[in-house]
Amino acid sequence: MTISALIFLLLLFAAFSYFMARQKITTAYRQNKQPSKIMTLPKYFGYVAALCSLLPSLLVLFVLQGVEEPYINSEISSFIGSQNIAASDDLDLYLNEIKSADTPEKIAALSEEKQAVYQRYHEIETTTQRTITAIVLSLAILLVIWGLRKINTETPARKVFEKIIEGILLLAASIAIMTTVGIVFSVLFESTRFFGEVPIMSFMFGTEWSPQTAIRADQVGSSAAFGAVPLFVGTMLISFIALLVSVPLGLMSAVYLSEYASSTVRAVAKPVLEILAGIPTVVYGFFAALTVAPFIRGLGESMGLSVASESALAAGLVMGIMIIPFVSSLSDDVLSAVPQSLREGSLGLGATRSETIVKVLIPAALPGIVGGVLLAASRAIGETMIVVMAAGLAANLTVNPLEAVTTVTVQIVTLLTGDQEFDSAKTLAAFALGLMLFITTLILNVIALHVVRKYREQYE
Amino acid sequence: MNEAVLNELAEPPTGVNAPPETEDSLNIEYTDTVGQPMCENAKFRTKNVNVFYADNQAIHDVSLDIGAHQVIALIGPSGCGKSTYLRTLNRMNDTIDICRVEGQILLDEQDIYAKKQDPVLLRARVGMVFQKPNPFPKSIYDNVAYGPKIHGLTRNKSELDDLVEEALIKAGLFQEVKDRLHAPGTGLSGGQQQRLCIARTIAVQPEVILMDEPASALDPIATAKIEELINELKENFTIVIVTHSMQQAARVSQRTAYFHMGRLIEVGETDQIFTNPAHELTEKYITGRFG
Amino acid sequence: MSLENTENSMNNTELVKQSLKKRYIKERVFKLMGLFSIATAILFLLILLVDIASKAMPAFSQTKITLPINLDAEKLGLDVSSSKQDMMGADFRTVIRAALLKQFPEVTKRKEKRALYSLTSMGAEFQLRDMVIENPDLLGQSIEVDFMADDDVDAVIKGSIDRNLPESDRRVKDQKLSWIETLEQSGQISTGFNWHFFSSGDSREPEMAGIKGAIIGSLYTLLVTLALSFPVAVAAAIYLEEFAPKNRFIDFIEININNLAAVPSIVFGLLGLAVFINFFSMPRSAPVVGGIVLSLMTLPTIIIASRSAIKAVPPSLREAALGLGASKMQSVFHHVLPAALPGILTGTIIGMAQALGETAPLLMIGMVAFIVDIPQSVVDPSTVLPIQVYLWADSPERGFLAKTSAAIMVLLFFLVAMNAIAIYLRKKFEKKW
Repeated sequence: MTISALIFLLLLFAAFSYFMARQKITTAYRQNKQPSKIMTLPKYFGYVAALCSLLPSLLVLFVLQGVEEPYINSEISSFIGSQNIAASDDLDLYLNEIKSADTPEKIAALSEEKQAVYQRYHEIETTTQRTITAIVLSLAILLVIWGLRKINTETPARKVFEKIIEGILLLAASIAIMTTVGIVFSVLFESTRFFGEVPIMSFMFGTEWSPQTAIRADQVGSSAAFGAVPLFVGTMLISFIALLVSVPLGLMSAVYLSEYASSTVRAVAKPVLEILAGIPTVVYGFFAALTVAPFIRGLGESMGLSVASESALAAGLVMGIMIIPFVSSLSDDVLSAVPQSLREGSLGLGATRSETIVKVLIPAALPGIVGGVLLAASRAIGETMIVVMAAGLAANLTVNPLEAVTTVTVQIVTLLTGDQEFDSAKTLAAFALGLMLFITTLILNVIALHVVRKYREQYE
Repeated sequence: MNEAVLNELAEPPTGVNAPPETEDSLNIEYTDTVGQPMCENAKFRTKNVNVFYADNQAIHDVSLDIGAHQVIALIGPSGCGKSTYLRTLNRMNDTIDICRVEGQILLDEQDIYAKKQDPVLLRARVGMVFQKPNPFPKSIYDNVAYGPKIHGLTRNKSELDDLVEEALIKAGLFQEVKDRLHAPGTGLSGGQQQRLCIARTIAVQPEVILMDEPASALDPIATAKIEELINELKENFTIVIVTHSMQQAARVSQRTAYFHMGRLIEVGETDQIFTNPAHELTEKYITGRFG
Repeated sequence: MSLENTENSMNNTELVKQSLKKRYIKERVFKLMGLFSIATAILFLLILLVDIASKAMPAFSQTKITLPINLDAEKLGLDVSSSKQDMMGADFRTVIRAALLKQFPEVTKRKEKRALYSLTSMGAEFQLRDMVIENPDLLGQSIEVDFMADDDVDAVIKGSIDRNLPESDRRVKDQKLSWIETLEQSGQISTGFNWHFFSSGDSREPEMAGIKGAIIGSLYTLLVTLALSFPVAVAAAIYLEEFAPKNRFIDFIEININNLAAVPSIVFGLLGLAVFINFFSMPRSAPVVGGIVLSLMTLPTIIIASRSAIKAVPPSLREAALGLGASKMQSVFHHVLPAALPGILTGTIIGMAQALGETAPLLMIGMVAFIVDIPQSVVDPSTVLPIQVYLWADSPERGFLAKTSAAIMVLLFFLVAMNAIAIYLRKKFEKKW
């Protein structure tokens, strides 16, 4: 029986339970002429009865499903061992070949020896699946009977049901934790494998990055190939350019919009900022690579400068524009949290608006603005598509914005796209870079969120 | 939501806008409650009730009986704890995490704060009408039918229809809305909305109805209608009403309890309280010298 | 200077007056700086949109070459009763080539012939084949067919290849150009709206490449994202807003949600690759995995939006329900949730728009493969709109430049539509409690 059919049956049992329990309670209510009018609705008894058979059976089903594969593998391995079949070096590959034989033609194509193994595999698989089905179904039936027998008008059905729902809600809320754990686990696990091959020091402080040359076995771990410093410098260079563009422009936009702009200007500018924020990064990347980069190159050449066609400047500029709305909305929040009394105090002394803003508002809002800049920096560092499309692939160690540099995110994409063998040092390196990226942005985010929260509390 | 409720309720008891000359009178030594806090045929008996918001005590040692099928009015200056006390009677204070209730509150001689007491069942028996009309954003019919539906009070649609109609009639609203039962309840006028909220409460057929300044957001005509309604409802229900208006208390209630800074100062027959208060504070409040 | 001294304070007023001029200039400069910032943003947006729209225009029309075709049943080895399989295998290419040769009988050299044959698209034979499969009666008839032109021909007609350039600088040589002009004069060349772009999947040939595969792929991915993230996010928001006790575990959850909202999207791609593809062996390139990854990514957005929508529901509504003896759960699900739903939906649509434009995490899980077929289900390999943009932007053929821009236009169209719905919802259900 397939899993979906089994689950369908379980649902059917649950539905049966629901109706039976509801019926039982309705009848009981009718017979017993209680003086109290307020009663728990019969449907809650139905829900409880249904969940009482459904949830445990599903849990058992998933657990059994989880152990099925390892169990079959161990069984079939011991069979191979007992038959003295010289399984090829790689047992996994051997098993995979047998398991993937799902059509008669493919089975016929197997060697005789493998066919025997296939037969055995098939037997084991069938019996295991039958056992699982039998266990789950009998458990479900037992629970249905037990639940229907146990349930009566004294059962606190609504409370039990609501507790179950609350548990489910809590589970949903905990997915955030599971996601974080999943991220940490996946990047950390693969990274430790990488650092097993490449010393962490040469990764962190090496100045040469050329993963492509490290394909040959004798070169794996040669310290020169995986030095990530050029990537870190490149990432910082582009992020720095982006912040140089976005922080002043974003901050000034926010100031202008909240302090000076007429309602017409605001009616135009706010949607423009929202649209800028909503444009997918791949569009910015396309624009940076095909319009901005050639333009900057042409401009540079007309001034007698040599500009790389994938200059850091082009990627940084466009990224800066992309982050403007982000900085602007954060600064807007922060500035509007400054109490009106400060503003009035300064204006009341005869200060001009700009003096009030520069000398009173911005200093008062500084912690919040710094927090916003940190968040923007975290955005810039983690931004991928613009740099993938507009920045270079070659790892040049330079801080000249007119040259091509590469970034951490570009390298992660390059190393992991296409059909790669998963366990090579090359793909593992991508996870090590991912770890660096995650840690950096995590630190920036935590500091920024903390700073901003403290700032807000100050004025609440 | 808790914070909002809290702000409303936990105004520090010191916040009485008392003119300076009554400052002395506020420092009068508290004695035991004056008057007759006990009564026969009591629906509620509360004994030595103390309520705290975190470390802040909002109710001090209040003992009061609430007689069946009569209206008792709780009066006092704002922040005196009368709303807080009212909300302990159907455990609405449970929704505020930091709120703690001590003492004994008996409904039909059963402790409503006992472990096995289900607050949901309690609130079905002790309904509540709030200060601001708060109809659900649903139709008039659905507003009234909601309670009976969740409690399974009716077996079928026609029974439910009858119940809704009956509740609306009792609340004196039926004639005004019978042609638009399926129009949204939020479209009614303020006074109608409040009567809808009363109809909604009646439909659950509670034993006690708590009213927290039910007319404070209404105009005089709507207020008069509500008061008339309260007079009719006391035939079937026990009513506890918190009010700011002494005239209202005098008009609708049989007994009156005067609260001051979280303490119950005086309880008595309404006539006696308003004509011949026994406690100095009660007298000062009634004569309008603070509050 | 003492304050009592009236003479001095007169002087002060004078001093202030003198300084004012300078200060007002500063004020004006400051204001201009603000205006400049806003103007930069608006200008940039305009340039970006105009640039992409102008680049996209050519992709929405397609040049066609009308050729008289003799569907000789014998030469094709087919008759009306031939099976579909036979027709699939029949040699329609020769028929088209014959038609081209008939137009230009002077062409005899092999090399020239090859150039001649490249006037029509590589897909022309499939076009003809599908026509015949659809209507076998055409066999044996002579008909006129509008064939899709090759992208070079297309470029000449649309003027993106300049005919006046010297031959050595031009992609299309003189001979081919003369054929094109002959066809133009005989009225055999026409341009029409490029329906093909919206009705077919990707291709290596720019003129045959369509966006339907990517649209369907995006649709499936978004469906999975929505189906997973909406219920989970709403449940999480309800729990955190209504039921959560105040303890460290809940604080930890909140920190996690806020932090996840700021984690770079590519890191979610790494998670998807390591956990779902490698650990759980889910299919690569499939919308189902893409949807799972994107739903984890959009969860914080929707949770945060839903929480503020729930928070905005007035406490009086909850109290009203509680006062009637509804349980906490009933008051939340019967009253709070319906009241908060418009806000939750707005947040969800914004989250979905974010997911629709997301590229990086999907690159990680292999949705970057070249896929011609239109996906039929959530487990079929497929690509999505932004990745289609990325793939075409990387292609060297100049025909793809217009296709890329056109794909961006389609992507932006969907984003604008989604945001418009969100704004409409917000406006319609905006409630002042």
